[in-house]
Amino acid sequence: MPTIVVQVMPKAELLDPQGKAVAGALARLGKTHFRGVRIGKRFEITVDEVTDEVLAEVRELAETMLSNSVIEDVVSIIVPEALAAGETH
Amino acid sequence: MRIGVITFPGSLDDRDAQRAIRLAGAEPVALWHGSHSLEGVDALVLPGGFSYGDYLRAGAIASFSPIMAEVIDAANTGMPVLGICNGFQMLAEAHLLAGGLVRNDHGSFICRDQQLRVENISTDWTNQFLENQQITIPLKNGEGGFISDAETVARLEGEGQVAFRYVDVNPNGSVNDIAGVANARGNVVGLMPHPEHAVEEGFGPDTALAMRNGTDGLTFFTSVIQQALVR
Repeated sequence: MPTIVVQVMPKAELLDPQGKAVAGALARLGKTHFRGVRIGKRFEITVDEVTDEVLAEVRELAETMLSNSVIEDVVSIIVPEALAAGETH
Repeated sequence: MRIGVITFPGSLDDRDAQRAIRLAGAEPVALWHGSHSLEGVDALVLPGGFSYGDYLRAGAIASFSPIMAEVIDAANTGMPVLGICNGFQMLAEAHLLAGGLVRNDHGSFICRDQQLRVENISTDWTNQFLENQQITIPLKNGEGGFISDAETVARLEGEGQVAFRYVDVNPNGSVNDIAGVANARGNVVGLMPHPEHAVEEGFGPDTALAMRNGTDGLTFFTSVIQQALVR
């Protein structure tokens, strides 16, 4: 079944305590060449068919429900080929 | 006066809010998130808790509850609405209050008796406080960092919509130490600390005078009763 993928990230200027905690753990493992980590969200929305109407609806939902523009940005809305073909990954 | 307290899936402090309303001298009315009726109440409290397990964003899913349509209409026509902790997060998600709440900057849950300064005493929920009165209210949350863009923060500051500010320590990285805000009209107020936990001696926060005797939270509820009398 085709899937639409929406990715949301905390705004770049905001401190991301989750990402910071992971970056701290990496540093403790000696992986100091990883300079930073930020954690966001990925929504996989399954639909019967990807149409322009459905994509428009997802775009609207991404802005109004899946993200909060005060604290987050929608960074991408894509229909991955593999997911569209129903393959697992 | 009848004050509704809405229970959402995952609300924790709805009964505490009802108790606070009773102790202040009003009648609490239990309301349900899935209903479309406010049952004729005169004011509303959105209580604390972890509605929907804080999934998506704290307060986000609850802000799309059936009853929120009526809450938004009531708030926009002047009904007093108080959002406490998770309730504040819902009011921000519903765009009834400016800004947003994010994870505490230090990454940890925090629980402490918090000093606050009341900076706006003209709202429906603060009119019985003194200007710049310092109060002690329990604070307990993991996502209490108040943030907004610089322009909105400047507007909130300039128009007196910062209702409460943290004193002594900033417990969560909130911009300008903001603990709570009001809307322009002053009927909608939200804050992260829990006034309903500071309403009865022996069961409240510690104060300089004695352990657990803080009752500063009662004034939120006596304020809304007072504004109903003068209206």
